[in-house]
Amino acid sequence: MLITRLKEKETIESLLGGTCFILNCRGCSEMSFPQDEADALEAQLASEGKVTGILTTDYICSPENLKLRLERHQTEIEEADAILVLSCGVGVQTVSELYENKKVFSGCDTLRLPGFQGVTPLDVDCGQCGECYLNLTGGICPVTACSKSLLNGQCGGAKNGKCEVDPEMDCGWERIYRRLEAIGRLDLLKVPTQIRNYSTDDAVYKQNAPEKQG
Amino acid sequence: MKITELFRQGEFVVTAEVGPPKGCHLDGVVNEAKEYLSGLSAVNVTDCQSSVMRLGSLATCKVLKDAGLNPIYQMTCRDRNRIALQSDLLSAAAFGIDNVLCLTGDHTKLGDHPGAKPVFDLDSVSLLATVRALEEGHDLAGNELIGEAPSFAKGAVVSPCSDSVDAQLAKMERKVAAGAEFFQTQAVYDTEKFISFMEKAKEFGRPVQLGIVLLKSAGMATFMNKAVAGIHVPDDMITELKADKEKTKAGITGVEIAARIIRECKPYCQGVHIMAMGWESKIPALLELAGI
Repeated sequence: MLITRLKEKETIESLLGGTCFILNCRGCSEMSFPQDEADALEAQLASEGKVTGILTTDYICSPENLKLRLERHQTEIEEADAILVLSCGVGVQTVSELYENKKVFSGCDTLRLPGFQGVTPLDVDCGQCGECYLNLTGGICPVTACSKSLLNGQCGGAKNGKCEVDPEMDCGWERIYRRLEAIGRLDLLKVPTQIRNYSTDDAVYKQNAPEKQG
Repeated sequence: MKITELFRQGEFVVTAEVGPPKGCHLDGVVNEAKEYLSGLSAVNVTDCQSSVMRLGSLATCKVLKDAGLNPIYQMTCRDRNRIALQSDLLSAAAFGIDNVLCLTGDHTKLGDHPGAKPVFDLDSVSLLATVRALEEGHDLAGNELIGEAPSFAKGAVVSPCSDSVDAQLAKMERKVAAGAEFFQTQAVYDTEKFISFMEKAKEFGRPVQLGIVLLKSAGMATFMNKAVAGIHVPDDMITELKADKEKTKAGITGVEIAARIIRECKPYCQGVHIMAMGWESKIPALLELAGI
């Protein structure tokens, strides 16, 4: 199971800067999503004229399904400066992979809950760490795409763009760098030093844990 | 002694590295360092290099310091979380060790304990920021330290001949922002690449030591080209190593190549860092040939 939690409104607004196309995913039945807060945020953004279109759908983690669902929204997406995705980290990364030259932002942090999860086997992965970095890394997760889960850039171990651990695996930070270059956001590499807070998910888990079944 | 003082005085800073043994006796390392490295500005001590379990860097630094050498404590983030790293930094300061080189570290899978848990709680950048926090008198969680705060010369590494040199420069900039005061580079063989890297790196205003790995054979060169990140030995050097096998075996070819690289790059950098990997005895000859 997983939980998504809306990022702070200020964080989302500071990311957007311009107009956006909003993509809501309601895919997994085991997912808990802050529906009311998301609706309020989207209504407000729309009233400010910042929204070119909204699509609420399911299973955007499936690339084929995602393409199909977005077919009728291409103009709205082209008009927007960015795509704001309200989903788990896998959904955001799938959208980011599909729109290589578009800014894709995550409006949520994804948190872990014990139990069965995941319906679509994919290369992209979400560690459900509760501190989504996708907005700093061009929609490619440094926690799961880098074998050392580095947050502050490429280590010296990549050769020909491949990871030191596995010559078949692309260096996650090489991908992040090239992607930020493509969307003109290399400035994101100058953010303050990032340090993971491993205590986060415990606290949230306690707040959100479902009642244990007898 | 902080090696940043030497850079400030305009000295061309020469350092070399030693690797602690897989065992608990340090006589060999100390004797070798005393014999061949005592004239250098400082000696780096590697931290379970290549993820191979060995005697610790901190203990070796302390023993070298007691023997009259100036150690640089290499710290990787592979094996310790932020509590252990900070604790070891305080231990280093208590021993009077005041040079620290902050590295992310190779992955555990590359070493002799591939089943070990890779920690990477921090990385090279956040480790630099951690050292700076301790220097400001508090730990990473903001708790105050008792007594005078420690103070280190904070070093970092960069890979100038990497095939992603722009990503490396971006990382270098982050290291500078996090507090890096000097840099040592991965081994350089392509002097043109190094010089063009330095053209861009000089804007960060931090001294850079050219990295040198002595070439022991043509086989070593081709192996590094295939397997070691950020290293490329040009074909003409491999031909040179093959030309006279006896001369290469005696270390003369490797020393000649390294001396040439140092001479070509010297006007563009502030020092040299030699990784002799067992050939420490050849360092005095190399420095003489390089005109240092």
